[in-house]
Amino acid sequence: MSENLEVKLEVKELVKVFGSQPGKAIAMLEQGVSQERILGATGQTVAVNDVSFSVRNGEIFVLMGLSGSGKSTILRCINRLIEPTSGRIVVDGKDITFLPRRELRSVRQKQLGMVFQQFALLPQRTVLQNTVYGLEVRGVGKDDREKKARKTLNLVGLSGWENSYPDNLSGGMKQRVGLARALTNDPAILLMDEAFSALDPLIRQEMQDELLALQRHLNKTIVFITHDLQEALKLGDRIAFVREGTLVQVGTPREVIENPADDYVKRFIHAIVGEKGGATHVSLAVRPVG
Amino acid sequence: MYRLPLGQWVSQGVDWLLNHYGPGFDAFSGTAGMVIQGLRSVLTASPWWLIVLVIAILAWRSGGRKLTFGSILGLLLIYDLRLWSAFIDTLVLVLISAFVSIIIGIPLGILAAHGKYLRRVILPVLDIMQTMPSFVYLIPALMFFGLGTVPAVFATVVFAMPPVIRLTDLGIRQVPVDLVEVGEAFGSTPGQMLWKIELPLALPTIMAGVNQTMMLSLSMVVIAAMIGAGGFGQGVLSGISQMDIGKGFENGLAVVILAMILDRVTQGLTRTERR
Repeated sequence: MSENLEVKLEVKELVKVFGSQPGKAIAMLEQGVSQERILGATGQTVAVNDVSFSVRNGEIFVLMGLSGSGKSTILRCINRLIEPTSGRIVVDGKDITFLPRRELRSVRQKQLGMVFQQFALLPQRTVLQNTVYGLEVRGVGKDDREKKARKTLNLVGLSGWENSYPDNLSGGMKQRVGLARALTNDPAILLMDEAFSALDPLIRQEMQDELLALQRHLNKTIVFITHDLQEALKLGDRIAFVREGTLVQVGTPREVIENPADDYVKRFIHAIVGEKGGATHVSLAVRPVG
Repeated sequence: MYRLPLGQWVSQGVDWLLNHYGPGFDAFSGTAGMVIQGLRSVLTASPWWLIVLVIAILAWRSGGRKLTFGSILGLLLIYDLRLWSAFIDTLVLVLISAFVSIIIGIPLGILAAHGKYLRRVILPVLDIMQTMPSFVYLIPALMFFGLGTVPAVFATVVFAMPPVIRLTDLGIRQVPVDLVEVGEAFGSTPGQMLWKIELPLALPTIMAGVNQTMMLSLSMVVIAAMIGAGGFGQGVLSGISQMDIGKGFENGLAVVILAMILDRVTQGLTRTERR
């Protein structure tokens, strides 16, 4: 992939505290009190603690971690489905952290697409009607939006299924609709929340391959969440390991395998090395750079 | 011993309302009465077989052959028992009450679903509406609206509207979180959220509320007849007062027939609307 160094998305010193008195928790964090003790003392849950990273144009950036590690919260802070407690979100050079509702909607409509773990298709709408949703909300005319939607449905291999209902589709097909729905809006950034985790292993690999194939000519900036290291290694240009709301290591697949920062990262790697019986195999699974 | 003069306050409040807004209530009652009377005249002027035909078509579309056949048979029985004009009166009462309940109830349900505090106010009021014995508010209703169908509709709405509000509220709050996130993530306005995501997904639940409202309004027909609403309720009442068991039974059975038709048709419409 051609490296374009332009930064598309920046997350700066992001903190998210769940609870009624986030100010207290932030003050304690600044004094270096642990998250566990903050929870005990104030009842505030620190879900994301001082997370910073930037994603370059055309890059697939994987957030990797166990469930409950805070990776989903980080993703939802990017499009402010969850409001950050402090820190900054910068999209395409523009700080959107304090954008008023109306402007935020416009950013969500045009710049940030999202794909969901459980597909999240509207059951009373057909495949085509689901796919046009983003453009419909933007007020694009019916003919225009359906033309675009048919094009992306074709792209994800769903031509001929336009008038089916989600209930009649398999998991893999549902997620193709989910992907087509996000792509039809033509956002520069795609947020993918465990997008393939609910699929059967074989279908999952197929979808991973297709995402990579699509990415070759779409060249989106993608933030991809997973708890599956093999998926992370296969898809990610860079991988960030998330534990208890902090980033423990950010690096290319090769870097994290050859040089795991701590036991948490090592445990992930040993889990798949043990499964496959050798480090060489793991490095083979890593996508060649360049 | 001190005794809280609660009853006194209430009657003073009613008097105050009557003294200050009496003409307003009269005017409202007059207009509402005209609307109700208008619908009744249209239905009375229509040939009876046309009404049977319309109901049969609705039954066909929502339920199929069995329901159509049953509806026609039931309506023919009502016609044969010389209860047709009572049937029209009761139908008008139920339809108007359901209409008013829906027009007021669905927006209130939507508001309750979105506002935690508003729900805290609305829910106890609904409890009062559903459990306060209806005779208690029947008398003030008479004082405000006079005898006839208008106070009957009022009393029926008070009793029958809560399910629409409750089930609209429930239906909207039950919309899966990730579908709400879809709406948000794609930049929907609150209005788009409501019309494109929340209401379509809540519709089956809302329709269950509408169905409940119709059933509850039918259970009010006898009480409605006490304040001059006419219909099957009047037949039941005069059956009781004349010790005419047969007459009471015929009118009661007619209520059951109407209830079954309305119930099956509204349930069927919900199912067909999903696809």
